[in-house]
Amino acid sequence: MQQLTRFAADYVGYVLKGGTKFYAWMGSLAVLIVGMMYVFYLQNTEGLIVTGMTSQIHDGLYFANLVFLVGVAAGAVTIVFPAYAYHHEGMHKVAVLGEMLAISAVIMVTMFVFAHMGRPDRLWHMLPLIGIYNFPHSMLGWDVLVLTGYLILNAICGFYYLWCKYTGKPINYKWFMPLVWVAIVWALSIHTVTAFLISTMPARPMWFHSMMPIRFIATAFAAGPCLIILAFLIIRNNTKFWVDDSAIKLLTTIVTWCLGIALFLTLSEVVVELYARTEHANGLYYLMFGLHGLTNLVPWFWGAVILMVSSFVLFLIPSIRNNFKLLPIPCVMAFAGIWIEKGMGLIVPGFIPTPIGEVTEYYPTFVEWLLTLGIWAFGFFILTILLKGAIGILQGDIKYVAAK
Amino acid sequence: MTTKETPKACPAEEQPSVCTAPPASADPAASAPKTSRRDFLKAGGMLSMSTLMGTAALMTQSDDAHAAAEWAEHFQKNYRLMTDAEKAEARARLERRYSQEYGKQVTVDTTGPQPGVLMGYALNIRKCIGCRRCVHACVAENNQSRGTKPGEKIEWIQVLRMERGKFEQGKMDHGYPEGLGIQVGGNAYTPAGQVLEGQYHYTPEAVPEQDATYMPIACMQCEKPPCVKVCPVRTTYREADGPVVIDYNWCIGCRMCMGACPYWARRINLTSPVLPKEEMNPVTHYLGNRPRMRGVVEKCHWCLQRTRHGRYPACVEVCPVGARKFGNLLDPESEVSKILERKNVFRLKAELNTFPKFFYFYD
Ligand code: SF4
Ligand code: SF4
Repeated sequence: MQQLTRFAADYVGYVLKGGTKFYAWMGSLAVLIVGMMYVFYLQNTEGLIVTGMTSQIHDGLYFANLVFLVGVAAGAVTIVFPAYAYHHEGMHKVAVLGEMLAISAVIMVTMFVFAHMGRPDRLWHMLPLIGIYNFPHSMLGWDVLVLTGYLILNAICGFYYLWCKYTGKPINYKWFMPLVWVAIVWALSIHTVTAFLISTMPARPMWFHSMMPIRFIATAFAAGPCLIILAFLIIRNNTKFWVDDSAIKLLTTIVTWCLGIALFLTLSEVVVELYARTEHANGLYYLMFGLHGLTNLVPWFWGAVILMVSSFVLFLIPSIRNNFKLLPIPCVMAFAGIWIEKGMGLIVPGFIPTPIGEVTEYYPTFVEWLLTLGIWAFGFFILTILLKGAIGILQGDIKYVAAK
Repeated sequence: MTTKETPKACPAEEQPSVCTAPPASADPAASAPKTSRRDFLKAGGMLSMSTLMGTAALMTQSDDAHAAAEWAEHFQKNYRLMTDAEKAEARARLERRYSQEYGKQVTVDTTGPQPGVLMGYALNIRKCIGCRRCVHACVAENNQSRGTKPGEKIEWIQVLRMERGKFEQGKMDHGYPEGLGIQVGGNAYTPAGQVLEGQYHYTPEAVPEQDATYMPIACMQCEKPPCVKVCPVRTTYREADGPVVIDYNWCIGCRMCMGACPYWARRINLTSPVLPKEEMNPVTHYLGNRPRMRGVVEKCHWCLQRTRHGRYPACVEVCPVGARKFGNLLDPESEVSKILERKNVFRLKAELNTFPKFFYFYD
């Protein structure tokens, strides 16, 4: 018990220490978080009317980010898996950082869930025992289940590992390894269920195909590691902690080929939908070329395509891939491209046209942008805290010293 | 509320439980004349324990009944899990609150499904003239939000307007793709019988228009409702007598059901509904037209407050050409059953296996 309080105290103490750069970063995030809290309050007193959503297009920016971030959370497995399955040396050293990323991504997802609900005050209705849970029918029910499970698994695996490093005790592999394996498979499940969440609705032909889960996983395993690579490069340059080249190189390879698969799947979908050009292709057609004179999303779509294709090409060029000064460029491009493709580019056109053929457009309001930005800021806030503490422990800066 | 004497949805002799004697739990609003309803409320309702408490609250501080009711509503159970006593309590609470809020005696009916009834609807697609009177009657009857700002206006019924098309000789040579010498599709036609995107909503000056046909659409009360399957908290469900209903107090506003509905039948209350006091219809049903709150989803429920007491839905009553028919599918003598037997009938999006109980027909 005393060890535990010391652990917490040491952890917090270490995180709090930092240079001006660190405080400036955390400070600007805090400003965004305060803004987010204000608009969230506004949304909960005025109602969803302060957003750009309507009865026609009733899922917008929040839902799009939610879907995307589930992918980022799942993407953490690209570190954990090679670390434990292939005993990759470089990865093993940083596996716990991947778990920290997963934790913060799931927290962001939860916040987007709150932002998305019409009645967040009633979310307790979903809790088993005190509420009712439409299990096993509701995909949203499954989603909540797998996300909570994933959060718990990662928290246990991550913090147990750190705890052992902190106290210097050996890791009990008897139960730790099985848990890691469960977490790895579980990571796939979270994004698969998110895909099912939207692909099981025949009312929305644009989503109604079984390619959705694999496409989701492919893009997730591109976007997640992109973010991790960026984080690793920042860590390498700003702390004493050294992330091996081999780890970053492996991640780059994973990104490249997952991106390639994602592009291939997108192309297949375009061909299948547009060759016959049935009425069911209207959503995709709207996204690519506009419909009925409305073209709001067209630049987003082509922007995403350009970002993804060119980052794929850049990743293929060895002199860029292996140059850690240039590597952030394709990473940012791929990350942004996938964010658009999976967010605005997938969720919104699913509602255009509506099931009765109406074409309307969706314009996110300032409130939505600020709330979204604020939740991202909150995520990075937590991520910074988790990563900094974890690095401190891995480096041996925080260590348990028996009290005198 | 309409004042016209209305025909029964089914013959009284054959369905006594539906048409003549509502069960004891039923609201006196039933099909009884106005005066007797008021008397009943004064005599019986006012004496009930809960009303006394409400009055007490009213006397001490005007806002208390409202606040107390809202507070209690936060913690109430899902409607289907409530005991009869809890239902009565919830009902009394709501009646008190609504009456205070809207300045008139509001009743909240809790009549359940009647045995031997499965409601069904049929619409004569040939007859509809696109006057949209059903839409307005529905809004008035069911207390939908009337605001003018986007997102404040809710209509459950849509009347789709379809272009009457034709094939023209002059365009016979036009082909697709243009100018390549191969034709994979001609375009000697103008769209016939197709809903063009963006054409669902219209305000014609006179109806019917020459070049248009109409397709009214609302909740189809599916037998296999996709909206019910996806709801994470089971707040929306199919009642035993057919309609798909929503417990507005239990909905978390996740909008999964809206995504799943292939008929765009559901609406989200983006803000607190705009419902002027004078226009509020005080005869309500718990699962039907009682005032909704911000952030929840709502939809057509075939006017439970009327149909459970043997009356027609408002849209059926108001239709000037008699295109709309309603009745008991289990009763072979009801109008809908006869239509299903004798007319050419189809359902929308049959390929989705939702099995609507809303049928289109033509003679
Ligand atoms: S919006 Fe309400 S009724 Fe619809 S699925 Fe969510 S909780 Fe159920
Ligand atoms: S029409 Fe839509 S709202 Fe009505 S029961 Fe079917 S799926 Fe549900």
